[in-house]
Amino acid sequence: MQAHQRMLDPTPNGLHSGESPLLQTLGLTKRYGDFLANDSIDIDIWPKQIHALLGENGAGKSTLVKAIYGLIQPSAGEIRWQGQPIMLSGPSEARSRGIGMVFQHFSLFDNLTVAENVALGLDGKESFKDMSARLEQVSKTYGLPLDPKREVWQLSVGERQRIEIVRALMQDPKFLILDEPTAVLTPQEADQLFIVLERLKAEGRAILYISHKLEEVKRLCDTATILRGGKKVDTCNPRLETAASLARMMVGGEIKEVKAAAGRKTTVPRLVVNDLSLAPGEAHGVRLEHISFELKGGEILGIAGVAGNGQDELFAALSGERLSKDPGTVVIEGIAAGHLSITQRRKLGAAFVPEERLGHGTAPRMKLSENALLTGHAASGMVHHGFIDTAATLKTVDRATETFDVRKAKRDPEAASLSGGNLQKFIVGREILRNPAVLVVSQPTWGVDAGAAAVIRQALLDLATAGAAVLVTSQDLDELAEIADRIAVMFHGHLSAPLATADATREKLGLLMGGSSLEPKEAAHAVGA
Amino acid sequence: MELIEAIILAVLAASTPLLIAATGELVTERSGVLNLGVEGMMIVGAACGFGGAWLTGSIFIGALFGIVAGALMSLVFALMALGLAVNQVATGLALTILGVGLSGLIGAGFVGERITPAAHLYIPGLTDLPLIGRVLFGEDAFVYFSLALIVGVWWFLYRTRAGLILRACGDNHVSAHALGYPVLRIRTFAVMFGGGCAGLAGAYLPLAYTPFFIPGMTAGRGWIALALVVFSSWRPGRLVVGAYLFGAVTILQLHAQGWGVGIPSQFMSALPYLATVIVLVLLSRARAGGSTAPAALGTVFVPDR
Repeated sequence: MQAHQRMLDPTPNGLHSGESPLLQTLGLTKRYGDFLANDSIDIDIWPKQIHALLGENGAGKSTLVKAIYGLIQPSAGEIRWQGQPIMLSGPSEARSRGIGMVFQHFSLFDNLTVAENVALGLDGKESFKDMSARLEQVSKTYGLPLDPKREVWQLSVGERQRIEIVRALMQDPKFLILDEPTAVLTPQEADQLFIVLERLKAEGRAILYISHKLEEVKRLCDTATILRGGKKVDTCNPRLETAASLARMMVGGEIKEVKAAAGRKTTVPRLVVNDLSLAPGEAHGVRLEHISFELKGGEILGIAGVAGNGQDELFAALSGERLSKDPGTVVIEGIAAGHLSITQRRKLGAAFVPEERLGHGTAPRMKLSENALLTGHAASGMVHHGFIDTAATLKTVDRATETFDVRKAKRDPEAASLSGGNLQKFIVGREILRNPAVLVVSQPTWGVDAGAAAVIRQALLDLATAGAAVLVTSQDLDELAEIADRIAVMFHGHLSAPLATADATREKLGLLMGGSSLEPKEAAHAVGA
Repeated sequence: MELIEAIILAVLAASTPLLIAATGELVTERSGVLNLGVEGMMIVGAACGFGGAWLTGSIFIGALFGIVAGALMSLVFALMALGLAVNQVATGLALTILGVGLSGLIGAGFVGERITPAAHLYIPGLTDLPLIGRVLFGEDAFVYFSLALIVGVWWFLYRTRAGLILRACGDNHVSAHALGYPVLRIRTFAVMFGGGCAGLAGAYLPLAYTPFFIPGMTAGRGWIALALVVFSSWRPGRLVVGAYLFGAVTILQLHAQGWGVGIPSQFMSALPYLATVIVLVLLSRARAGGSTAPAALGTVFVPDR
């Protein structure tokens, strides 16, 4: 066996020399059968620091924080808290020592009230009444407003995260772990979160911050530890790195640059939307207002905008999940399709990739081959006389696996067993392999690591080069700038006129996303609507 | 007047086993476990309860026998459905089949025997009041206990931290686990409480309702108790109302036959289930978005370690 070499984390300005870190892991290892999820990881967490934990999906970030939070027991190695070796029996012990955690997938109870949810995260030594009073005080102090009596199912995603954060803060933690806190937040909500985090740091607390958004990490974090394949590969100061250099360390090589093929030609209009208006389908939905655009073959149109401005409704109207009374509002390949079902639209050559991977894009507990059938049955020759051609469905899985580098444990696993990035590659691959004339895709790289995101973006570009019309909805402006030819912005159910990407500066898009108009003359119209 | 009093008394007697069994199942389901074996646990409770009382001559010991028998039956369920993560619906149905067979075996020696049924309360003066006297002050101990039980369960679920944790397990076991609560241990206790209640409800039948044991004497009451939990939308207050309503329907059914009313008895027996379906539809319309059932009900949980 090789002697264990310890890599020292840098201590900024030598500030901490002589002291011991707040939390330290020494050779932390977690083994699942033959699989090493964490291989001898050393990490030092200092007070008054925001420490980023970076890595691709499956690099071992979640396993590491679960071990630090006492949710799983490490197979080998040591965790030291304020210099003393500790064995955590469970999260409640971690909490009592001063370790708090905000989960990526919220650990909330939908049918309980906010106050009850917070109470469940505490040790229950104070009465419910005292706890509620303290809850109000903490949420006021940190500017995280919450109504303790409301049940969680009625709250927005941002509000739900607030509960998680307040719950962690109520324990007055010395060390707070946040697992991809901004993945589900709008830019504004994320900015508010950063203010809270800076304040916590100023109060002398340590923060471990997991994120895929490298620009965010550069802006917020003092130190970054990078994991790859269960091993720690580097520790650095993210402010001195570029997003590209951080991504290189995560992936362990150059990320293929996404490039559009030269000589891409736009052809005939393949997807046309004419004055589409649609009442919201649910109580809190957005009304679509007179949306019109034309998308030619060989072209990628990006739709930007803060989440919840009608993007979901537009996707539903285009995919046929919601039908329009007037067939002419949605024209696919020259055929009025506003009144046609999803299957009929697929038969016209359209394909759809929704935002939600599990539950909308795939049935989580069904195998990949079955999920291939669910969208492929319309027009991909997977059904003969009412019988499923299993060989054809499996072949689709194999082709998607090969073409898009989908990493999975066996040939045909359940959809839910894949990591987010790999499942997204499968879903996009499944649709692209059908050679669609029109592809409508929503948030194609949401919560996906840099490597997988590059593969998906390249695939969308290649599809357009091959002559398809591609509509991409995304909150990631960098992504749209990278692949789209034109960008339009959605606000309160209205769609702006598309700008050529070269002309679509952040400032212009930002104005449109905030509901202002670029032309002063049109301002009155936008406000009046 | 005499007749009304007699009917009320009969309704209370018919409702009590439903209320006790449903209270136990309510706690079980609130923790996220669907135990369909109520009928089986009740009938075993009936056999063991009668056996205990017959051997010792004590109704109290008989009732204890019933509780222990029901809890042991539910422990079998817990081992399968929680320990081995077997499908809960299948396990619960199997438990009922097992219970029906087992009770026949246990009770074979007691068939035809009689015991002195549970004594009724008698407070001179109060019990002699017309109409309400015997209804309020002349019941057996089981009736009073069943009401105390449901009040206690309400208080536990909504006023104690342990009750909050139990509801949390029923709402989202992944979150409960992530916060460090021992989901499977909590659910095992909830299942055993439900089993004990079902056993007691079963024992009530030969100890107080009819003073002898016959195989199959629960006659579907376990299923009605299950429907009752759904009918109550998992709330203790509505459970009491539902229990007396369902009890009244069974009594009405008997009297309707006696009076020669032209409603088929089969329709009357089906009424509780029909009412449950209607309530479910009304509830889901009233509360779009949130669910009334414990969200994790009936789902298997295997913690990763």
